[in-house]
Amino acid sequence: MSRLLPLIAFVLLAGLLGFGIWWNSGHDQTAIPSPLIDKPAPDFKLPLLYQPEQTVTRAALLGKPYLLNVFASWCVDCAIEHPVLQAEAATLGVDLVGYNYKDAPDDAKAWLATHGNPYKVLMADVSGQAAIDFGVYAAPESFLVDARGVIRYKHIGPLTPDVVSGELKPAIAALQKEAH
Amino acid sequence: MTPELGQIALILALLLALAQSVLPIVGAWRGNGALMAVARPAAFGQGLFVVLAFVLLINAFLRFDFSVQYVADNSNLALPWYYRIAAVWGAHEGSMLLWIFILDVWTLALALFSRRLPEAFVARVLGVLGLIAVGFLAFILFTSDPFGRLIPMPADGGDLNPVLQDPGMTFHPPVIYMGYVGFSVAFAFSIAALLGGELEQAWVRWARPWTNVAWAFLTCGIVAGSWWAYAELGWGGWWFWDPVENASFMPWLVGTALIHAQAVTEKRGSLRAWTILLSIFAFSLSLLGTFLVRSGVLTSVHSFASDPRRGLFILCFLVIVVGGSLLLYALRAPKVAGGKPFAVVSRESAILVGNLMFTVAAAMVLLGTLFPLIGDALNLGRISVGPPYFGLLFPLLMLPVVLLLPFGPYLRWGKGEAPVLRSVMLRAGLAALACAIVAAFFVSTQLKAIAGVASAVWVAVGVLLYVLKRWREMPRGRRYPAEMAGMLFAHVGVAVFLIGVLLSESLSVTRDVRMAPGETQHIGGYDFRFDGVTETQGPNWRADQGTVIVTRDGKPVATMHPQKRTYTREQVQTESAIDPGITRDLYVALGEPMDKQHIDGAWALRLYSKPFIRWLWAGGLLMMLGGFIAASDRRFRLRREASVTDGKRSTLPPKPAEANA
Repeated sequence: MSRLLPLIAFVLLAGLLGFGIWWNSGHDQTAIPSPLIDKPAPDFKLPLLYQPEQTVTRAALLGKPYLLNVFASWCVDCAIEHPVLQAEAATLGVDLVGYNYKDAPDDAKAWLATHGNPYKVLMADVSGQAAIDFGVYAAPESFLVDARGVIRYKHIGPLTPDVVSGELKPAIAALQKEAH
Repeated sequence: MTPELGQIALILALLLALAQSVLPIVGAWRGNGALMAVARPAAFGQGLFVVLAFVLLINAFLRFDFSVQYVADNSNLALPWYYRIAAVWGAHEGSMLLWIFILDVWTLALALFSRRLPEAFVARVLGVLGLIAVGFLAFILFTSDPFGRLIPMPADGGDLNPVLQDPGMTFHPPVIYMGYVGFSVAFAFSIAALLGGELEQAWVRWARPWTNVAWAFLTCGIVAGSWWAYAELGWGGWWFWDPVENASFMPWLVGTALIHAQAVTEKRGSLRAWTILLSIFAFSLSLLGTFLVRSGVLTSVHSFASDPRRGLFILCFLVIVVGGSLLLYALRAPKVAGGKPFAVVSRESAILVGNLMFTVAAAMVLLGTLFPLIGDALNLGRISVGPPYFGLLFPLLMLPVVLLLPFGPYLRWGKGEAPVLRSVMLRAGLAALACAIVAAFFVSTQLKAIAGVASAVWVAVGVLLYVLKRWREMPRGRRYPAEMAGMLFAHVGVAVFLIGVLLSESLSVTRDVRMAPGETQHIGGYDFRFDGVTETQGPNWRADQGTVIVTRDGKPVATMHPQKRTYTREQVQTESAIDPGITRDLYVALGEPMDKQHIDGAWALRLYSKPFIRWLWAGGLLMMLGGFIAASDRRFRLRREASVTDGKRSTLPPKPAEANA
């Protein structure tokens, strides 16, 4: 019997590995659950891109849900994402808040002039300090924040039409349901 | 045309591998000499075609044949020729070709140097190696073809992963594969012994030099990998407990147990089944490593592009090879505990304790590596365990090994003598204590550093005492046979390694700083002055290059140039600057520019002073050297035919000195 033990252990291991293959075919490996989900959005105080003398804070945005979109003019994927935002901004049902990440203000303005500006509020984090609190990993990233300032949904990477219809819009719909 | 020739060569190799695996094994079973005789020619033919395919792929890289998908993905016109050769194994398909190429290097070496072994045994060994070749050739041909065409041909290709564009990294994969794949030989010997129902333990003696060489290569490969991580990744670490590192470390741990168990089985006939099991484990873990790296089941910094089909294929292969051999083991392993009896205080017991620790450590690493997967399976979410888990358990498991190490050579086979051991314990213990007290004056309360000094002295004094004892007691020429010299080198390597790990871990100073040109930082007794960043150019990269002048008490020590390189395809790679030294390394990595407008030219820099870190690689290299030296022992080469036939065994002159070796 003891001579069968290694074989039995191996069969268990092979089962686990087989499970791993099956599991990964249905799950995204890179999906890292954000520890911020269902937590209050971190405090921030950032200048507006077009009026740097004015600042926006977390408190000022309370009361209405919004989608915080992290972008930069140097970010290649942001240019891919941008047309989607442009097209969906009107129909999303929440305000778009732009978060210009580690960018030279003039570059950002020039980039928005060419690609269009879908943002209701647009703030600039030149040093990237506040982004650390949000756990920003790389631009683009988007955070759905509800009226109480709690992060409800997060997406890393560009928002594609599929992600918008499959994940973002259901998340917004859930928010609106709660509000009623 | 040539890429298609490569493909045809691989197909022919597959067919020859089939012949090499099936016919000789059937022949050995039936006692058919003609079938057994197929083994060598088939192995040579198979090897020839694999070498041909390998050369054709190198050729495609050298000729910039971007009509080959793999070449177009991994090289471009600006890539220097030496990195184009290294690009052959820079990604999944080519690295599989390297795998099979190295398997054939081992197979051919075995076919050449096994003339004195019994025909049936060689037939079985080559047959098993052929079976492994069949699996990998089929894997390449059906799921990972390196010769696939890309039509229309692009004008220029992509780029070799920039982390691989480093001289050290060119050699790391071939060397580590030499190790990992080399365990296939020990595996094949064990399977052949099980198939043939070998009652004699002679085969273990034949297997030993092969196992030692494979282990030495693996040691070297791991050292090179760790060195590369230190020099390239820019944060000064040398081991990450990353799944892929673990994939090479598990076979190493089991391999270490195996080379010791083989010594027991060869010399005393005990632990027979255990030795067989360990050789199966060592090779299975190499295969498992291949699976983990390529199936995409675990994410890691250096895993290849994953494809579930490949994962499934390797898993099936794993089930056939490992499952089959463990089944064979369950059915045929020696039932009776054979060999000479041994007392509690004996070399056998000490080796057994060490074996247990190494095997449990390998199991612990395996568990930690698979933890995310177990988390998914039990629906606990994606949990991974990191350095805290490994960093706590591994030293605990290795503690008994380090404590036992000095006694190893003193312990006699069968039954050790307590008074000798007591005197060793006393002397090594006192030396360790004295050095620890001296060390405490320098490092005050750094317990890890004190433990490092004490453990290293404990091991080193034990080994040195034994060297002296042999010098006094044995006549010239018989003092240090290669097998023993190898053991002594490797054990001293452990002492050197302990110094490196524990001192560098506890005494390193790291500082992340923002520095404007002209500013100075004081770290570990050295002054680092930042002199700004300039642009520089390489064959296929441009870089921001910093200049840091290091002085000590006003005297110049080093001028360091850390770089941040941008390669042809916009991949960014840091090149740390290292000023090496025996007692310390100074290490500077360039971070991000702190102001985009470049007004004051300030950068984020990471400065390190790392005492004794070089010792840990030196220790690894000593272990490697030990493995090679031990494998070169004349005992493994001479008188093989004498040990094959039973009756002549007793006519060998008794050699008490060597019996103790």
